[in-house]
Amino acid sequence: MKAMRDRINTFLKYKDLLRELVVRDIKLKYRRSFLGYVWSILNPLLIMIVMTIVFSQMFERGISNFPVYLLTGNAMFEFVNSSTHMAMYSVLDNAALIKKIYVPKYIFTLARITSSMVDFIFSLGALFLVMIVTGAPFSIYMLEIPILAVQVYLFACGLGFLLSSANVFFRDIQYIYNAFTTAWMYLTPIFYPIDLLPDWLRWLVERFNPMFYYIQHFRDLVYIGQLPSARIFWGGWIIAGIMLAIGLAVFKKTQDKFILYF
Amino acid sequence: MSEEYIVDVDNITIRFNLATEKVDNLKEYFIKLVKHELMFQEFLALRDVSLKVKRGEAWGLIGVNGSGKSTLLKAVCGILKPYKGTITTRGTIAPLIELGAGFDMNMTARENVFLNGTVLGHSRKFMQEHFDEIIDFAELQDFLDVPIKNFSSGMQARLGFAIATMVKPDILVVDEILSVGDYQFQQKCYDRMQNMMEGGTTLLYVSHDVDSVKRLCSHALWLEHGIVKKSGQVDEVTAEYMQEAQ
Repeated sequence: MKAMRDRINTFLKYKDLLRELVVRDIKLKYRRSFLGYVWSILNPLLIMIVMTIVFSQMFERGISNFPVYLLTGNAMFEFVNSSTHMAMYSVLDNAALIKKIYVPKYIFTLARITSSMVDFIFSLGALFLVMIVTGAPFSIYMLEIPILAVQVYLFACGLGFLLSSANVFFRDIQYIYNAFTTAWMYLTPIFYPIDLLPDWLRWLVERFNPMFYYIQHFRDLVYIGQLPSARIFWGGWIIAGIMLAIGLAVFKKTQDKFILYF
Repeated sequence: MSEEYIVDVDNITIRFNLATEKVDNLKEYFIKLVKHELMFQEFLALRDVSLKVKRGEAWGLIGVNGSGKSTLLKAVCGILKPYKGTITTRGTIAPLIELGAGFDMNMTARENVFLNGTVLGHSRKFMQEHFDEIIDFAELQDFLDVPIKNFSSGMQARLGFAIATMVKPDILVVDEILSVGDYQFQQKCYDRMQNMMEGGTTLLYVSHDVDSVKRLCSHALWLEHGIVKKSGQVDEVTAEYMQEAQ
């Protein structure tokens, strides 16, 4: 109980550092660019236009409003992909600092995930813009998006903790994870309809691909306009919980040894 | 564990994994696992070191390069965890192990004051209140919105020192940082450190400059190869240290 209270106090003491790190990430990302923050919305739009041109011919029969279908899947996957990739380097990038000053190390990982979350929220702007342009209906269930955002944020934190500590000990993780996310992307129905997959693969993806849960949840709310099924909703929480528990356990167990491996 | 010590280092041993034997990729890991070579080659940076510091004392750590002085300071700050033994500290610690560790070169001086301050565990509001004081001490009024990659190392050190010593900490930990900066600024730093000590701050100080240790400290600890060679009053320890050095 006391250890828990100490931990919360430490977090509160360093919460302003978290804020500074997130602000720094966002500021530096667009420093010296002419359009600045506009890129946060423009970038997903451009990607969407390219991918719509490429894929809409192929999959048009199965999908009604392809731009919205694509953008919902892509925004969600891009959040997990970029946040975990950035988190993977979070401890190593701050090695010089960790060697000099005592700072709770998870703050750096948390900051990277959080700044990606801010990007994700910006990209929702692009999504809403496309929905207006294509005349897609806005459903009342979209108010549930924040709950989904919390789910996927916790999932990304768990994965980020696991990757950032593993990367300290084995730098191979970077290359393995790159290949892994490529495979992951093609096994997630981002730009194709799920019924295109052979039955056995579809069965696996629908159950064991975490991204399927989050993207399906997102599409239920935005693209279809309904609440997700209980399996999708609670499955998302359970996966996030398991991932977070694994990530925190590994990070906590290894963090004192980081400094010996920089 | 006695209440009267503000820093109580009790028989600590710190173990490093030697860099030559570092296994940081999976292939090597499995090869070593198969060959049963995973037991790493250990190196003890500190062996059974104890240091008991009372409130208001000033301790200088002396010894040749690689004797474990900085390792001991890092252990006191909580950066390194001891392999054996315990460390207890009471009160706030201001670590001056490297000035401006945690500066982001791409950001301006103004932004870095807040970043570095929060790295040290201060709140944003607190930094706002003390912002002018920091800039005055560092004498950087004209360069507030310049990215600090354009600063000279002396200017960076000034800013770092100003931020780190803005509060009056209970324990000030200083590791050979005053070698940068001009004479005038060094004097200013010594004055500020002396001011703090008069106000009851405890000092842990590492330097190769034995004269500055004698000037600032009341006690000294002499380390050699990670073992305490002698500890006690500053005059006795430094005298013996100088004798051996010659």
